[in-house]
Amino acid sequence: MENFTPLSATAGGALIGISVTLLLLFNGRIGGVSGIMNGVFFAPKNDRIWRLIFLAGLVLGAFIFQMLVPDFNIPRQNYPLLLLGLGGFLIGFGTRMSGGCTSGHGICGIANLSIRSLIATLTFMATGMITVYIIRHSLELAA
Amino acid sequence: MKQNLIALLCGIIFGIGLSLSQMINPNKVLNFLDITGNWDPSLIFVMMGALAVAFVSFKWILKRPTPILAESFHISRKLSVDKPLLLGAAIFGIGWGMSGYCPGPAVTGLGLLSLESVIMVVAIYLGFFAYNLFFEQK
Repeated sequence: MENFTPLSATAGGALIGISVTLLLLFNGRIGGVSGIMNGVFFAPKNDRIWRLIFLAGLVLGAFIFQMLVPDFNIPRQNYPLLLLGLGGFLIGFGTRMSGGCTSGHGICGIANLSIRSLIATLTFMATGMITVYIIRHSLELAA
Repeated sequence: MKQNLIALLCGIIFGIGLSLSQMINPNKVLNFLDITGNWDPSLIFVMMGALAVAFVSFKWILKRPTPILAESFHISRKLSVDKPLLLGAAIFGIGWGMSGYCPGPAVTGLGLLSLESVIMVVAIYLGFFAYNLFFEQK
C-alpha cells in the first residue's frame, strides 16, 4: 500500500462534494458525469449548453491544476488500445442502462440515500474488481 | 447565463478535485480495484470525502422548494432495483476495470492532453449512442 494517499484523496473528494453541492443548490442538477455527457447530444436542445460548459470546466480544472502542480498527474502511455476502446464502449453502454456512474450513483445517489444507487455502486465495484483480477492476474495483459 | 457560470465553476472544482485525488490517473484507480495486488484504498477516501460533504448538503438543499437559479430539482425518483440497474452497473464495472477510467476522469484527463482520454471519451460516446439507438425504450 505504498501508493496510498489518504489526505489528498479525502481533500480531492471534498472538492467533488462541494462541486455537486453547488450544482444542486443553484441549478437543481445532479453532478453525475455520465448523465451530463449523454445529455450533450440526447437532452432537449435548450438543456445542452450547460452540460458542455460543465465538461469544459472539468478539462479546465485539470489544466489549471497541472499548471500549478506540474508532474503531479502524468498521462499513462502504452496501455492496450483494445482495453481502452472496448472498456470505454462498455462504460458508455452500462452507465446509460443503469442511469449513472461513479459520480451519479456513487456520490450523488448515495448522498441522496438511494438504495438503487448504493446497489449499483456495490455492483460496479464488484465487477470492476473481478475484471482487474482477470486482466492483471489471470491473463497478465497489463501490469 | 448565471446557471452556465455555476456549471463552469462546478466543473472546474470537480476537475481540480479529480486531479488532487489523482483519480485521473487510471493506474491509481486500477490499483484500488486490484484487491489481491498492491492495493491502494485511496478511492474509498475520495468517496468518503465527497459523501461527507454531500450527505449533509443534499439533506439541507432538498428542504428548499426550488434551487436558487432554477424552477425545480432534476432528481431521479426511481426506487425499484431492477434488471437494467444491475446489468448496466455490472457492464460499467467491467469497462471501468478494463480501462481504469470512469466518465469523469475520462473527460477531465483531456486537460492533461492525454491521448488515452480522447480514446475513452470517443468510446464512451459510442456506448451511449449504441444504447440510446438500439435499447432505449421509447
